[in-house]
Amino acid sequence: MEALDTGTLKKTPLCETHVSMGAKMAPFGGWLMPIQYDGILAEHAHTRNEVSVFDICHMGEFLIEADPVSSGLDRVVTQTIVSMPIGSCRYGFILNEIGGILDDLIVYRMKDKSWMIVVNAATIASDEKHFLKNMTGKYSFKNVSDETGKLDVQGPKSKEILLSIFGDGINSLKYYTFKEFLLWGERCIVSRTGYTGELGYEIYIPASRVVELWNLLLKDKRVKPVGLGARDTLRLEIGYPLYGHDLDAMHTPLEASFDRFVDLTKDFIGKSALLEEKKNGLKENLISFKSETRRSPRNGFGIFLEGRRIGTVTSGSFSPSLSVGIGMGYVSEKLEIGAQITVKEGAVEIPATIVKKPFYNKTSL
Amino acid sequence: MEIAKDCFYTKEHEWARIKGNTAYVGITDYAQASLGDITFVGLPKAGDAIKQTEFSATVESVKAASDVYAPLSGKVTAVNKDLAAHPELVNKSPYDKGYFFVMEFSNPGEKANLMDEAAYRSYVEGLSK
Repeated sequence: MEALDTGTLKKTPLCETHVSMGAKMAPFGGWLMPIQYDGILAEHAHTRNEVSVFDICHMGEFLIEADPVSSGLDRVVTQTIVSMPIGSCRYGFILNEIGGILDDLIVYRMKDKSWMIVVNAATIASDEKHFLKNMTGKYSFKNVSDETGKLDVQGPKSKEILLSIFGDGINSLKYYTFKEFLLWGERCIVSRTGYTGELGYEIYIPASRVVELWNLLLKDKRVKPVGLGARDTLRLEIGYPLYGHDLDAMHTPLEASFDRFVDLTKDFIGKSALLEEKKNGLKENLISFKSETRRSPRNGFGIFLEGRRIGTVTSGSFSPSLSVGIGMGYVSEKLEIGAQITVKEGAVEIPATIVKKPFYNKTSL
Repeated sequence: MEIAKDCFYTKEHEWARIKGNTAYVGITDYAQASLGDITFVGLPKAGDAIKQTEFSATVESVKAASDVYAPLSGKVTAVNKDLAAHPELVNKSPYDKGYFFVMEFSNPGEKANLMDEAAYRSYVEGLSK
């Protein structure tokens, strides 16, 4: 085994805590992150049945003060933001001129003209450039990624845990809404959002206090730390995409079947390319498939229909909840639900069936 | 980390428990711990001919798939059928209930290419330095 060169990787404020708790660490998106503690299967099951905490400090946050229309902010993102209620959040994309996805992100409306945008870790710098290049007039933009800590608390018991820390205000949080809370005199944002399919929350707290919050959460024995390994199997079972795998600049939101996060009634960067694509038909489609065996499809495996290669797997894993292989991938043909495909790499051949997302739906969300 | 006293080892972390001209074969505690939760084991069939250092089985964890090499040359005589439904036996009991297959080996001289417990222990300790 080669020694891991961790020198160039960024570290969250919790890095030493993870190591001292026995986590296996590995690079992810330029960061040294915990992949697992007790084991991916146990952590996965704990999140589905109890409540888990995830260190998500690597993700990026931008604070923007702007009129959404005159600043051009509304043109940068694909989702409707002008009519968003204050205290709500909304998922969507930023696109390039040809409709390719530069990132997926969540917009939080803090006040009438005050926004927080949460982006992927690996794309923080390029996203920042994209916003600055495309916004105009009077606005302010602050990349607060370094000073913002983020912990995700996910699982059927997450509400009880958050009530004990933040109080009754948690009760009225509906899916995709957020509130500000004071904890130790610090302003925190808690949104009812997540990447596991379970009832859950994402907490934003100053990075200087994130270790304390982590420790406070884990004081409750119902809460266990979970790494990015189980985060990946949890999100895949729900069919949530991972940027860089299922979403990228080579594919549009229409090809990814995420039309509902694209507001074609407004103007935005990449819109004309999407309209053109709608007229001419999609080049590729993101499909979801399930195998009948425990064997895992993997990222990069070929997708075959009647012996012809029609695409490539973008996410693939053993599904801990279903005990079979599941995956997603882009194919160049339109396939119906129930169609039979083969996923192949070398001597590995996995028969699979096209299914509807989510793969798993018995969640607490 | 557990290393069984009665086995011989390869550098790729397979073990062979030799009795007469047969050997039980599996992967070591070090290997299962590095792989993490094992979700699938692809086994050879009884009757398959296998060659020392060459592919004999596949093991998949949530994160990765790895090849398992034959510790000796010969013929597979039986496989561990329990692994089909319970691949986690490899994690829980790597030297016993989690064995992969049984083989008859054809060249006893190949034993010289394997490490005994003490040699494997110092080999593994060297890896983690």
